[in-house]
Amino acid sequence: MKRYLGVKSERVCLHQGLSYTMEGMDTIQHQRNLEGYVGFANLPNQVYRKSVKRGFEFTLMVVGESGLGKSTLINSLFLTDLYSKDYPGPSQRIKKTVQVEQSKVLIKEGGVQLTLTIVDTPGFGDAVDNSNCWQPVINYIDSKCEDFLNAESRVNRRSMPDNRVHCCLYFIAPSGHGLKPLDIEFMKRLHDKVNVIPLIAKADTLTPEECQLFKKQIMKEIQEHKIKIYEFPDTEDDEDNKLIRKIKEKMPLAVVGSNVVIEVNGKKVRGRQYPWGVAEVENGEHCDFTVLRNMLIRTHMQDLKDVTNNVHYENYRSKKLAAVTCNGVDTTKTKGQLTKSPLAQMEEERREHVMKMKKMEAEMEQVFEMKVKEKKQKLKDSEAELERRHEQMKRNLEAQYKELEEKRRVYEDEKANWEAQQRILEQQKLDASKTMEKNKKKGKIF
Amino acid sequence: ISGSGSTLLGYIGIDTIIEQMRKKTMKTGFDFNIMVVGHSGLGKSTLVNTLFKSQVSRKSAGWARDDKIPKTVDIKAVSHVLEEGGVKMKLTVVDTPGFGDQINNDNCWEPISKYINEQYEKFLKEEVNITRKKRIPDTRVHCCLYFISPTGHSLRQLDVEFMKRLSHSVNIIPVIAKADTMTIEERQDFKQRVRKELEMGGIEFYPQKEFDEDMEDKSDNDKIREAMPFAVVGSDKEYQVNGKRVLGRKTAWGIVEVENPNHCEFAQLRDFLIRSHLQDLKEVTHNIHYETYRAKRLNENGGLHPISSNDTQESNL
Repeated sequence: MKRYLGVKSERVCLHQGLSYTMEGMDTIQHQRNLEGYVGFANLPNQVYRKSVKRGFEFTLMVVGESGLGKSTLINSLFLTDLYSKDYPGPSQRIKKTVQVEQSKVLIKEGGVQLTLTIVDTPGFGDAVDNSNCWQPVINYIDSKCEDFLNAESRVNRRSMPDNRVHCCLYFIAPSGHGLKPLDIEFMKRLHDKVNVIPLIAKADTLTPEECQLFKKQIMKEIQEHKIKIYEFPDTEDDEDNKLIRKIKEKMPLAVVGSNVVIEVNGKKVRGRQYPWGVAEVENGEHCDFTVLRNMLIRTHMQDLKDVTNNVHYENYRSKKLAAVTCNGVDTTKTKGQLTKSPLAQMEEERREHVMKMKKMEAEMEQVFEMKVKEKKQKLKDSEAELERRHEQMKRNLEAQYKELEEKRRVYEDEKANWEAQQRILEQQKLDASKTMEKNKKKGKIF
Repeated sequence: ISGSGSTLLGYIGIDTIIEQMRKKTMKTGFDFNIMVVGHSGLGKSTLVNTLFKSQVSRKSAGWARDDKIPKTVDIKAVSHVLEEGGVKMKLTVVDTPGFGDQINNDNCWEPISKYINEQYEKFLKEEVNITRKKRIPDTRVHCCLYFISPTGHSLRQLDVEFMKRLSHSVNIIPVIAKADTMTIEERQDFKQRVRKELEMGGIEFYPQKEFDEDMEDKSDNDKIREAMPFAVVGSDKEYQVNGKRVLGRKTAWGIVEVENPNHCEFAQLRDFLIRSHLQDLKEVTHNIHYETYRAKRLNENGGLHPISSNDTQESNL
């Protein structure tokens, strides 16, 4: 069948099912009207039926200081008493560190079943010193992403439970002024890990004018600090877009929670009874609860999951894998996904290591030299010392020697004297004996 | 005319002393210093304005966020002279912006404690001087309104720490701020829990049990103590309700009347603070808290020498 499609190229050949120009050989896809009913319009139904059979999972995290009505709001959103036994339980105990607690509930409605996981953070912002109170929350989110990453990389991927946090509702205290430093810090650190939806808690504290001012102030601060809160995607449908724009104007949503049913003008509504009136939870003029519920559950639940999967999870994954060689822990699990960059990284690391070694070596040499110098100095000193002592001893000896010489001379002299004396004595004796002899002889003669 | 010593023989005029005192007070006027503590957004400035029915405190609602939250607790004292029925009052409101607003609030009570002691020190110095002024200017904090956040659960750790440390050097009056957050039942539950926690922490708030002088005082004060902490709402806007003009807050579901005892306990707080116990607050501050400080100070240095103005470091509190 030949049909003219209105393409502005010169020679267009049409064949059954293909159209190409002689120039570029590109395949241009145009929407074609079908001649008969093919049947793939049924595809969404098939997807739908399959998903319904599988059931849905959704993980919602609530963060905020205690006493902001988080548990009440969850109960109101899902019309269950998730926290009935615990109220005022998890928030009552003053905790030293922030805990992260999760509770699962299975909700069935119209044949669709939803496994809802609520992650609570009791103790957040309650201590006197709240530095790093966001760390347990970040750790929790990262650990869930890691679990999913590991499950994805396994060989056997039969069941991949998705426990990643899809949405984080952050509760702002209704001070009427603006964000607290803690709010800003928390949102700055979590906006690229999870979808953050800020809410103004206990909004029945504020009058409508105060609420408007407060919202404007918060949005201004959020933009100032470049916090990326969850953005509602534009759809192609104009009607929906109008609604979405209305929602965007109301951000952050000011909510009131309650499951107590009160009768107002003959109608039964959920609300809070004050002496001056009843604040209705589902009344759009009183608070934005219905907007939140519709957005969270009825229209954007799937989108929240998609953004978590496509944006936050992918961020986490790429960061994790790029850092894989820095700590050898993960190499075994992600071998199949190594790319060139890890190898280059390894090379770099090796070079770094070598340089480090060289530096250490140079340092050690320096130290060694210094020590050697020291030792030499010491030795020289002791040598000088020894020399000195040697000299001294020599002098001592010489002195002694001289002394001795002196003594000896004296002794010699004495000896000579004594000998001389002895000789004289001998001579005398001889002379005496001679004379005696003579005398004797003379005597005899007589 | 006969009789016992108590019967007067004529009119002497001793009872005119009350009138004389009144005239004196009106002429000299008196000082009252109130401190408000609590983290930002609890309606402190609004409440003080409502209490004294004038703009004595800079309103923070219209705050252009150019004044960022200070990194440490600031102490800002603003004085106004109010006059009513011929009586002049010099009211000083001491604000503490930055308290409890940081991420790390360790020791954020220290600047406040230091300020309170500095005022005692100033007074002591004047008293100990050789030539004293006729009327020593009194800047001591007579009353500290501590604002509790209406969480509905219990006191926060910071609240307990602050009150424990300061209840022995100043009169602390805890109030539950923004009481229109809670329904009546929630309010009662919360109050009971808070009172229990205060008792467990050994925190003596004003009016302290130990200073009740006689049975009459005791019974009055007991009633007040049962009702504390007062759950208050502040506002300086007026609306028409049932033909009357009342101070209140207008919401989409009704008007919260500030002075309506069924709506909140502002009227009770005001009567207690201003109409009945104002003088008592000053007396307790002077006779008890100041004397405690003075005794400690004089024992420390072992003498009556006036301390130099640089030496305001306190050993402990």
